[in-house]
Amino acid sequence: MRHIISMLMENESGALSRVAGLFSARGYNIQELTVAPTEDQTVSRLTLVTEGNEQQIEQIVKHLNRLIDVVKVVDLTNGEHIERELLLIKLMATGTHRDELKRLADIFRAQIVDVSATTYTIQLVGNKSKTDAFINALDASLILETVRSGALGIMRGEKRLQI
Amino acid sequence: MELTGAQIVVKFLEDEGVDHLWGYPGGAVLPIYDALDTTATKLQHILVRHEQAATHAADAFSRATGKPGLVLVTSGPGATNAITGLATAYMDSIPLIVITGQVPTNMIGLDAFQEVDTVGISRPIVKHNFLVRDVAELAETLKKAFYIATTGRPGPVLIDIPKDVQTAKTDYVYPETVNVRSYNVVTKGHSGQIRKAIDLMMTAERPVFYTGGGVVLGDASAQLTELVHTMGYPITQTLMGLGAFPASDAQSIGMLGMHGTYEANLAMHHCDVLIAIGARFDDRVTGNIEKFCPTAKIIHVDIDPASISKNVKVDVPIVGPVTQVLVDMLDMLRTDKRKPNAESLAAWWKQINEWRSINCMAYQPSTKVIKPQSVIELLHKITEGDAYITSDVGQHQMWAAQYYPFDKPRRWINSGGLGTMGVGLPYAMGVKMAFPDATVACVTGEGSIQMNIQELSTCLQYGLPVKIICLNNRFLGMVRQWQEFFYDRRYSMSYMDSLPDFVKLAEAYGHVGMKVSDPAELESKMREAFAMTDRLVFMDIQTDHTENVYPMIPAGAGQNEMILV
Repeated sequence: MRHIISMLMENESGALSRVAGLFSARGYNIQELTVAPTEDQTVSRLTLVTEGNEQQIEQIVKHLNRLIDVVKVVDLTNGEHIERELLLIKLMATGTHRDELKRLADIFRAQIVDVSATTYTIQLVGNKSKTDAFINALDASLILETVRSGALGIMRGEKRLQI
Repeated sequence: MELTGAQIVVKFLEDEGVDHLWGYPGGAVLPIYDALDTTATKLQHILVRHEQAATHAADAFSRATGKPGLVLVTSGPGATNAITGLATAYMDSIPLIVITGQVPTNMIGLDAFQEVDTVGISRPIVKHNFLVRDVAELAETLKKAFYIATTGRPGPVLIDIPKDVQTAKTDYVYPETVNVRSYNVVTKGHSGQIRKAIDLMMTAERPVFYTGGGVVLGDASAQLTELVHTMGYPITQTLMGLGAFPASDAQSIGMLGMHGTYEANLAMHHCDVLIAIGARFDDRVTGNIEKFCPTAKIIHVDIDPASISKNVKVDVPIVGPVTQVLVDMLDMLRTDKRKPNAESLAAWWKQINEWRSINCMAYQPSTKVIKPQSVIELLHKITEGDAYITSDVGQHQMWAAQYYPFDKPRRWINSGGLGTMGVGLPYAMGVKMAFPDATVACVTGEGSIQMNIQELSTCLQYGLPVKIICLNNRFLGMVRQWQEFFYDRRYSMSYMDSLPDFVKLAEAYGHVGMKVSDPAELESKMREAFAMTDRLVFMDIQTDHTENVYPMIPAGAGQNEMILV
């Protein structure tokens, strides 16, 4: 099953490679990964998506907790949470495609954020199923470049990941 | 007090109570070596002949004493040579502190002379590592390293110190305590879980204690022994756990696993309650995981939550330091009115004694050729079972584990997890340095000993009169055994051709060499060797090369599928 695991890690050089190294050394797979600073300058927030059965995920979380640079870990999949990813997609947009693509973007509540004589660049925010659905709805021959941020996640309600 | 980074390292180690430091100098670590020379210090530095040996010696020093082992090496090749020792210590959870020199910070990443990414290379085989970029952080980082290495599940920690950080100055104050916010050490097991474990133990009809290196590392021998005696259950110990419970005790059913006893492995296979303490369900212990303890409910006490349910799903996990968990368990048992079921326990012991009676460790003695097993039995007799025994890796290691019953913890020093050939001699050095008056013997083979033979020189320099018991069968014996069993007797590259004359070699290094090939003179020669208490003696013992290690569970088989002879 797909799990979104989110963690706070020390803002130290090498912290990310400890996490990545753990996954490769133990044969786990990282499908998506995002890292960025937080309001606390001493930590970064890392969110990753991995696949595994219950026992594998339990081991992954335990091993992440063992890393000295990892301050706090949560498997967001265990509770109510919001998941979002940002998609930037560059499409061939000429002739009648220009109108069609504009309509499709509107249907998905995506925005055209850059325009050239022959291309559109569209931005879409949503969970994975929404971004997947948008990409699938597009004529594949028009796609020039796809950039996805990978999933971000946050717990619903008052629960939060904090030190 | 304003000191250079190098002086801080020396001063800190002294303040931390370190007395031995194993190492080898080089360009990027020269300031620290200079500080060792110019600072009045009680710290003894032992100059090895290869950095790998420094890590092994410090590792064994730690295994024998319980204190952390200290290593100092230079950047680049110094650091890479130390890698095998780090991995060896990591696999067996040994607190080792390795300080490496690094090129100056402004040259990091420029492929400078003797530069490697030491922190990157060592990352997967250390508990944690640090690159110190600012001398102001040095003392605190050193303290963190000791704290992390020695607490929780112990393990090696590496500190990489660039040369300019060694020469930069700052005020030094010894940090008495240190806080690592992301690292919380468990100090106690959950009392509800301990209660559950006792409930389960009390219902057991065919219980077995299965204990490992964690009991040795946690210094929990006394508590374990009391618990085992209180319950009256059989106990089997892993290769790493040997000695934590006395082998000569009637409740000990020997080592388990690939080359464990018949009775231990069958007791594991048939038990209904398995009490695992400080053991990690290694594949050499479990055999085929699908067939492991098919009828057992499992209790697992371990300090590392990641060890629990890693290989085998357990029913009652208890996360905590072994000693404290056992203390709490014994406390609860004292007020518990229940007693183990005497009737079913008697039947269980009857069954185990039947398995025992086949005497799985028996071997065919000989008057023509020296049987390796007999060498170990003799070693046990001559040292009165009270020596520190280090071993290398291979058949001789298994025979040492099987035929030298250990009654005390920290007496059996070997590389269990990584299985590193070449550890034996440096291990013996480390132990002898810690306990100069103790008898220390290194059981090795003609293959393993050559992997760190240069340390004979270190032994001479520092007066380390260990005894080398080399079971010389002219083969990489364990490789040969597997080739005989599983590769149709195609002995690819397992014959050790062009062996040196070990007697002359020992003599060339300033030691005593002995060659023994006649079984009749083995005892007198060995007595002679051990009588020379102030000399290192290399006993080159020509043993039967056809001998195999039995019993054996072939890889992938279940614990009830042993090859007996």
